Amino acid sequence: MQNTTSIIKAQSKNLDFFYSNGMQALKSVNMPLYENKITALIGPSGCGKSTFLRCFNRMHDLYPGNKYQGEIVMHPDNTNILEHGVDPIEVRMRISMVFQKPNPFPKSIYENVAYGLRVRGESNKRMLDDKVEEALKGAALWNEVKDRQQDLAFNLSGGQQQRLCIARALATDPEIMLFDEPTSALDPIATANIEELMSELKQKLTILVVTHNMQQAARVSDYTAYMYLGELMEYDDTNTIFTNPTRKETEDYITGKFG
Amino acid sequence: MSKHMTTNTPTKAPIQVQASVLKNLDAVRAMIKRHKLNDYIFSVIGLLALMFALLTLLILFGDLVMDGFERFNLKFLSEFPSRRAANAGLLSAWVGSALVMLVTFLVAVPMGVAAGLYLEEYAPKNWFSDLIEINVTNLAGVPSIVYGLLALGLFVYILGLGQSILTAGLTLGLLILPIVIVSTRESIRAIPIAIREAAYAVGATKWQVVYDHVLKYSYGGILTGVIIGMARALGETAPIITIGALTFIAFLPPSPVTDVAPFINFEWLSSGFTVLPIQMFNWLSRPDHAFHINAAATGALIIIVTLLMNGTAIYLRYKIRKNIKW
Amino acid sequence: MNTATQMLNQPINLTISPRLAKNVRRNIKERIIEFILMLAALSAVATTLSIVAILLYESLSFFKTVSLVDFFTDTQWTPLFEDAHYGILPLVSGTLTTSAVALAVAIPIGTISAIYLSEFASHKTREIVKPLLELLVGVPTIVFGYFALLFLTPILQKIFPELPGFNMLSAGIVMGIMIVPYIASLAEDAMRAVPMSMREGSYAMGATRFQTATRVVTPAAISGIVAAYILGISRAVGETMVVAVAAGQQPIVSFNPMESAATITAYIVQVALGDLPHGSIGYQSIFAAGLVLMGITLCFNILGHLIRKKYREHY
Repeated sequence: MQNTTSIIKAQSKNLDFFYSNGMQALKSVNMPLYENKITALIGPSGCGKSTFLRCFNRMHDLYPGNKYQGEIVMHPDNTNILEHGVDPIEVRMRISMVFQKPNPFPKSIYENVAYGLRVRGESNKRMLDDKVEEALKGAALWNEVKDRQQDLAFNLSGGQQQRLCIARALATDPEIMLFDEPTSALDPIATANIEELMSELKQKLTILVVTHNMQQAARVSDYTAYMYLGELMEYDDTNTIFTNPTRKETEDYITGKFG
Repeated sequence: MSKHMTTNTPTKAPIQVQASVLKNLDAVRAMIKRHKLNDYIFSVIGLLALMFALLTLLILFGDLVMDGFERFNLKFLSEFPSRRAANAGLLSAWVGSALVMLVTFLVAVPMGVAAGLYLEEYAPKNWFSDLIEINVTNLAGVPSIVYGLLALGLFVYILGLGQSILTAGLTLGLLILPIVIVSTRESIRAIPIAIREAAYAVGATKWQVVYDHVLKYSYGGILTGVIIGMARALGETAPIITIGALTFIAFLPPSPVTDVAPFINFEWLSSGFTVLPIQMFNWLSRPDHAFHINAAATGALIIIVTLLMNGTAIYLRYKIRKNIKW
Repeated sequence: MNTATQMLNQPINLTISPRLAKNVRRNIKERIIEFILMLAALSAVATTLSIVAILLYESLSFFKTVSLVDFFTDTQWTPLFEDAHYGILPLVSGTLTTSAVALAVAIPIGTISAIYLSEFASHKTREIVKPLLELLVGVPTIVFGYFALLFLTPILQKIFPELPGFNMLSAGIVMGIMIVPYIASLAEDAMRAVPMSMREGSYAMGATRFQTATRVVTPAAISGIVAAYILGISRAVGETMVVAVAAGQQPIVSFNPMESAATITAYIVQVALGDLPHGSIGYQSIFAAGLVLMGITLCFNILGHLIRKKYREHY
């Protein structure tokens, strides 16, 4: 095992999740997220990987009737972010998210990136300018848009929009960043850009990424979890998963025998 | 099942808690609390705004019922209008409304449904169907009094139909035509192509497909639109006033059904008439308060009938949406 | 017996088979039906054309007597007086004033209701309230006229003792109440059309409901919301019974809602009540007024639908 000295940033403990229609989408999932590492979630569609990811920033709270059981504990403060007393907004301020399809707001590039800060009540122009620039640089978008920050975000290309969404998520200095199939709507070049970006970002924060693309998981992640029918089948460092998986099912999926 | 997967989880969580993170968290929590206050305030304001519209309806209805209470009896429905408020009744008005509605129905439903069918099932998608579509949308937004002017110029004088039940029925029929067309189109559009293809596949002609399937399955939706349209027509006042129908009517039109062969006559179509909202307006515009009581009672009656009609339509639509299987 | 071989062996029949003849008849029938349906659809075009034709026709006779300059610049509207003046301005000012009061009521309440319904209310609340709003839209306007004249005006007179019995304020407020459900319903539709992914993006940044509603959803739906306002204006301008009952009949140029004044629609009603002889200048004047009314509402309707169409294409 490599990285045994790594620090755990968050971990799920016996996590069950039920959708409002009563369907159990997650069954007793236990998994750690290591600080400054990329953890990839793979598995056939409907296996619960996106559901699991969305537990981390309490996205499911937006729809009434959804139910969590178990814990996701965040370190160093040992907060169970699924606890009733913990405000989902607080969780989302610490853990940001990038979605499957780029979803910029109908605002300027600048305002998109500044959104998280504005939501936090920041109105100092200097501070906003600095943070926006820093985030755009962090998302490798600065050179392309520095002269047109007031343009509408919709005018950017798909890949640029997704990097804008990363910049938006980055601007508020999150501790963890969630990526929900961030490249599934993008062409190969844009995909490569995003993957490179993720590798750079992990120096600053912890990343959990859902991907339908096994090569992507192999390329970018340090750890990989294989999920099937709401259960975590196997979790290990990426090398082990892709070269020497413990379970037959994992091997079958990775080698393309099903899924 | 979960034996394999927890093997890598280190048992040791970091013991040392960074003070900065916690301090930061406290600040974040205070800020969230502040921001969430706006949520609560807006929830209250929003609910009040919503209630405002709904409460108005209640107050309005309550006010009418209280004001008109003393006229709520059968005599009010069986007496003609009179110079003495306490003796005046709605007989000619409700009979007039019923007959006008009958004409409206006969004009708007066949024409509206046929137009809806044509636009959805037959019309080629080109400038021609665009033109008709723009017209329908536009007609829905034309103020009702303009329909009254059309009726006054065209039906009353050019066609010489006079200030008759036929004129009123035609006018209101045109007025609710867009409602019937739009609801027909919407319910037709909800029928999946697969059903049409299934019918064509067994050799049906276009009209057979349209008549046996499209029309039959969209029946409920069309009915909803028709009821809403009829309720609108029942309450419309302005176009009827414009054709000059505000007169003292203390007689009933000739009966559409007779006891001698052919048991039906059309004299009633050219008869003078009054309708419920006109009668209400008439009483409302008199200075004598005693007539205002009559107006209130009429208003309450109109509200009850239109609410019942619209309520039925909305309930029907709800049931249809719930029962759709495709 | 081998029927296929039998059929092959039969001589080819060169006359039109009964089946084919039946097809021709069927085709004709289909064509006739299509033609009848098309006529029905054309009735919409015919109605529009008739409206425009009638308004133009009678207005043309009107404008033979009255110059266009007088019509648009004279500040008096007294077609039925000995000393007749034909300036449409007083009627337009009355129309605009009552509409402005109505919008001052309907826009804030309608917008707040829409935001609440779309972003704050539970699914259940929405399911109950939406049909209720539709019911409200269906209440006949004459009933609202009663409400303005005999319920609201007496209350307002307690607050403003100098308020006349017929006034634009009361009529405008009631018209506003009437339009609230209309604007709320259309604006809510526009906000529901904003894709959920955009809301999720905002919530994922730690935004509250209020922040998401005001900073993301409302700007995203703004063209639809504006279209709702514009269609609301169009309704206010064309509304007849409330103003005819409660706003008064003096055609004066005034933008003070505390006064009594006639609107375009109220004037038409007033003339129609008076039984003017067909072909007289007074009779023609209501068509000229109607033409102006039609022009104003048409502009707003087209503008509203263009904006609505634009936001629909957006997503």
